[in-house]
Amino acid sequence: MSDIKKFMYVNRKAPYGTIYAWESLEVVLIGAAFEQEVSMAFVDDGVYQILKGQDTTEIGVKNFSPTYSALGDYDVNKIYVEKESLEERGLTVDDLLDLKYEDEDDDWAEKDSIKVVTSKELAEILEQQEVVLSF
Amino acid sequence: MPIEVNGKTYETDEEGYLANLSEWTPEIGEAMAKEEGTELTDAHWEVINFLREYYEEYQIAPAVRVLTKAIGKKLGKDKGNSKYLYELFPYGPGKQACKYAGLPKPTGCV
Amino acid sequence: MSTLHTINKSPFDRASLQSCLRLAADGNAILLFEDGVYGAMKGSTVAELVEKALSNKTIYVLGPDMKARGVDESKLIDGIKVVDYKGFVELTVENDKVNAWV
Repeated sequence: MSDIKKFMYVNRKAPYGTIYAWESLEVVLIGAAFEQEVSMAFVDDGVYQILKGQDTTEIGVKNFSPTYSALGDYDVNKIYVEKESLEERGLTVDDLLDLKYEDEDDDWAEKDSIKVVTSKELAEILEQQEVVLSF
Repeated sequence: MPIEVNGKTYETDEEGYLANLSEWTPEIGEAMAKEEGTELTDAHWEVINFLREYYEEYQIAPAVRVLTKAIGKKLGKDKGNSKYLYELFPYGPGKQACKYAGLPKPTGCV
Repeated sequence: MSTLHTINKSPFDRASLQSCLRLAADGNAILLFEDGVYGAMKGSTVAELVEKALSNKTIYVLGPDMKARGVDESKLIDGIKVVDYKGFVELTVENDKVNAWV
C-alpha cells in the first residue's frame, strides 16, 4: 500500500451493551496492520471502554480491555479522550487504563498514548483527518 | 474438521484452528504441525510460547509485523526478522504458529 | 402495588433513567444493570438526580455488570445497594410487577 492516510476512529459507545466497541477495536488493529496513520478518539460513552479494572468473569463475555494495551505495539499511539465527556461522567484520567507506547525515535522511551483534549481541540484534530470512522 | 490426539477429539474451525482455546495442550500443537508436515523444534516452541504469552496478556494474536518486532525485542535481532520466522513457519508465522498455539487466526490476517 | 423498575441503558446514551426517576412512585425499587450501572456512579451529571430519588426509593445495582465495566463499589453513590443475580431474581419475585425501561 503506497498511500498513507490519516485515519481516525471515533468511539462513542460503552463496551459490553453493544458490539460496537469490540468491532471498532478489531477494525483499528486491522487498519494499523496495513500501516496507515491511525489515531483514536474516545467521546461520550466511549470513554467507558477504557475504564481500568474491568473484570467480565461473572457476565461470561470476553474482557477485551487488555487489548487496548496492545495498541502501542501496532503504532497506534495517538489516543484522544474528550475532557467534557470525562467530566460529564465524573471521571478523570486516573480512572482510565494506563496506555503506553515506546517511541522509536527517542531510544524506545515509554510514553503515554492518552491525551485528554477539550471539545474544541478535538474538533481541530478531526478536521485534519482524511478518513473518520465512527463507532 | 475435528482433530484427534491421544484418543480424544477436539473441535476445530474450517481452517483447522482450535475451537476452544482452553482445551489446548502441547500435544495438540504437535499433532496439528505433523498433519501439515512440520516437526516442531525448540525454535518453533519459542515462537509458539511467545504467542501464547502475548495472547494471555492482550487477548489477541498479534499481526505478523507486531510479532516480528516483539520477538526481536525479546529473543534478539537474529530472530526478529521475517526471514527467520518464515523459515520456521513457511505458511506464515502468524497463521501457522497461532494455529499450533491453539489461538484464533491473528486479527488483521486475511 | 409494589413495582421493580429495571434500567439497562446508560443515562448518557438514552434518557431511560431520567424518565424512570420522574415517573416511578415513592417506595418503588429500581435496579440498574448492564449499561445502566453507569448511572450509579458518583460525580456524574446525573448523580444529583439519583441522590434525590434515594430519599424515597430504593436503588440497586447488579454487581457482575459493575465489575465487568470497571465500576468499583467505592465509586457508587452512597445508599445504592449492590445485588448479585440471585438478588435480581429475588427482587422480581418480591415485587408485584416489573417495569423494564428499555
